[in-house]
Amino acid sequence: MDNLFWFSDEGILNKFESELDRLKIESNAKATFLIDKNGQLIGSSKNTESYDKTSIGALVAGNVAATGGLANLLGEKEFSILFHEGENEHVHISLVSGKLILIVIFDESTSLGLIRLRVKKSLKVFERLLIELEKNATQGDKENIFSDITEDDIDNLFDIGGK
Amino acid sequence: MSFINYSTREINCKIVYYGPGLCGKTANLQYIYDKTDPNLKGKMISLATETDRTLFFDFMPLKLGEIKGFKVRFHLYTVPGQVFYDASRKLILKGADGVVFVADSQVDRMDANLDSFDNLRDNLQEHGYDLDTIPLVLQYNKRDLPDIVPVKELEEALNYRNVKSFEAVAIKGVGVFETLKQIAKEIIIKLKG
Repeated sequence: MDNLFWFSDEGILNKFESELDRLKIESNAKATFLIDKNGQLIGSSKNTESYDKTSIGALVAGNVAATGGLANLLGEKEFSILFHEGENEHVHISLVSGKLILIVIFDESTSLGLIRLRVKKSLKVFERLLIELEKNATQGDKENIFSDITEDDIDNLFDIGGK
Repeated sequence: MSFINYSTREINCKIVYYGPGLCGKTANLQYIYDKTDPNLKGKMISLATETDRTLFFDFMPLKLGEIKGFKVRFHLYTVPGQVFYDASRKLILKGADGVVFVADSQVDRMDANLDSFDNLRDNLQEHGYDLDTIPLVLQYNKRDLPDIVPVKELEEALNYRNVKSFEAVAIKGVGVFETLKQIAKEIIIKLKG
């Protein structure tokens, strides 16, 4: 479960996303995202179309990984919160049970204090959901979508661009 | 590890391009980026030094077609090749589904190839992966340059697993898509179990 998340249950995904929405509204942030430690997007708050979520995921995950490496060098287990302050927009990053990464993007219409307060509350919800998700994942009721694919199926993947 | 989202019906896989400094990892990604339909790719991110040496990683997301109704996406990463950046290389390998090892064919880079290959094995091991079993493709790059090692020798030195290998001139695109296609295949075959 360290790296692999099988979202077979739409219900749980919805719960993650409604908490992301609630956090966004209650903290007056611009956007909230949840990614895994490899940078894969798990969910986001509503109205985030203007953000390049894939790139944000990859860069934040790289950032968290690099900071984690630094923590180890200094004898810390991890740095659980990262904060980047810009001129107009700021990013608050926090670890969820050491497995997921919560990203909050906000501007001057709120404050770092409020963000930290609301994030703390949401982290508890995400931690609970993560336990629920792991329980479901161990039940092993996934369809194996790869079982009967052919070489042709794989070749066809590449019919869309490049060579 | 692959990320399979059954709700949104998406499969995401991570491919890492590994190899010694200046072997052409970024050139591979740049060519793929330049030749891919804009609708199928995201932004290419290069975290490089002022002299264009990769500092942390290059990244580009690539959307492919569908398998059994699941959208397939590959996230391509390169590592910094210079020996100095080993800590960064380790971080980027985490969660890799497959590795493309790009070797520099030039005679005087042979030692660097071997060092980098050993380094790949060590860094994979640290994440609990095994170079003997992870999906792997070799690319012998810079075949257009003078004073290069014959493919047979490269095969003997690096291809102990007898995996697919490709001759390439990455900056001109020779062998680039062939390599990508092969590693994608290997990854999906591994997922198939």
